[in-house]
Amino acid sequence: MKVVVDQSRCVGAGQCVLVAPEVFDQRDEDGIVVLLRENPPAELHAQAKEAAQLCPALAIEVDG
Amino acid sequence: MPEARPVEHFPMSRGRCPFDPPPELDRKLRDEPVSRVRIWDGSEPWLFTRYEDVRALLTDPRVSADPDRAGYPSQTPGVKARRSRFKSFIGMDEPEHSAQRRLLTGDFMVKKIQAMRPRIQQIVDELLDEMLAGPKPADLVQAFALPVPSLVICELLGVPYDDRDFFHRCSKVLVSREATAEESLAAAEELQGYLGRLVKKKLDDPADDVFSRLATGPVATGAMTVEEAAAMGQLLLVAGHETTANMIALGTVALLENPDQLAAVRDGDDALLANAVEELLRYLTIVHSGRRRVALEDLEIGGQTVRKGEGLVAATDVANRDETQFPEPDKLDVTRKARHHVAFGYGVHQCLGQPLARVELQVVYRTLYRRIPTLRLAAPVEELKFKHDMVVYGVHELPVTW
Ligand code: SF4
Repeated sequence: MKVVVDQSRCVGAGQCVLVAPEVFDQRDEDGIVVLLRENPPAELHAQAKEAAQLCPALAIEVDG
Repeated sequence: MPEARPVEHFPMSRGRCPFDPPPELDRKLRDEPVSRVRIWDGSEPWLFTRYEDVRALLTDPRVSADPDRAGYPSQTPGVKARRSRFKSFIGMDEPEHSAQRRLLTGDFMVKKIQAMRPRIQQIVDELLDEMLAGPKPADLVQAFALPVPSLVICELLGVPYDDRDFFHRCSKVLVSREATAEESLAAAEELQGYLGRLVKKKLDDPADDVFSRLATGPVATGAMTVEEAAAMGQLLLVAGHETTANMIALGTVALLENPDQLAAVRDGDDALLANAVEELLRYLTIVHSGRRRVALEDLEIGGQTVRKGEGLVAATDVANRDETQFPEPDKLDVTRKARHHVAFGYGVHQCLGQPLARVELQVVYRTLYRRIPTLRLAAPVEELKFKHDMVVYGVHELPVTW
């Protein structure tokens, strides 16, 4: 699986960090999304997909 | 040809169940998911009720949240009168919206809010100590539901809690559907003046709070005016306590009416508690007058062609009862997976304060029913005064005893 985030779209709502804390973080200075694992292991796929689905700004894409 | 239905007035009144959206909205969701409705000023925006359509509408870059645009369907005469005077990012489109919102995202990020959990717990415990030591029955709204989020948002923003009577009075007018344009403008002016003075004070004497950071950052560098900071402050202060206060009180009514669900919340683990908060947000969707937008060009949503300049209303409350997303949607079930509800809205305007609301509600629901296992209503549910007259739903008073 490959995860891509678009920091320019992120509005810092934090949904991704809540559902997939091992894949996403928020930058300390401004709360903007930071991708921790571009290729998360299989056990994190469901979480990463849910984050993409929940992100209100459509800033997360996953494939695979 | 199906018979043309008359254009309904929106928002409609609720039916017998105080937790369910109006029956007419439910009917629309089933038979007429997109329709024209008539609002208070006589205009006829499109109303979208389906979950998928609501999400599509709220993420479409061809729609605007700017209340100054012709065709924008204002919630109340007050909202219309106030619009450009006190503008904050909630009424801006990209790129201005993100530029302003990003001044705050650091203060509302999940990590920072999680770190406030012990302090929120302390506030909750102290208020419950006081309530338990006081007379019975008590009004849960005044004794607990309103003070908790008010104290928390005051500390976060740097607003003196001693001034709460003043800003509670202003914000009540701002969210009222019955306030006149004049009353609403006057309340906004008063609050604006107060917050403007506060921002200036923080400029000279900053502390560790949001207003100080705005004052010494964007205001000091000239990136933002004092007026803009004060307008942003109005949004944060009002949204920061009105909504959560209503979720605490109304959520408690819903749980007391569903004792098995209350027991599950009280006895469940942290994961269940977090889930229960999402389900209560979905089930109650207290922002019950829809999210308002206007089309910037001709476009199609949910099979409906919408013309440039037409008003759009996303009915998030009924979208959260869409059975394609939430089976048996009218049932309160704290074990269901409800995270994808749209109670906080959706799209770039989705609630900035949602991490704070979640932590507050988790601490509150857990602590309240554990510390007062015998909590019960001191008046029949039919006699409660529900907030049909406000843009945010809830109860005006909640007599409880134990
Ligand atoms: S869910 Fe989306 S908008 Fe929210 S922090 Fe994550 S990437 Fe940003």
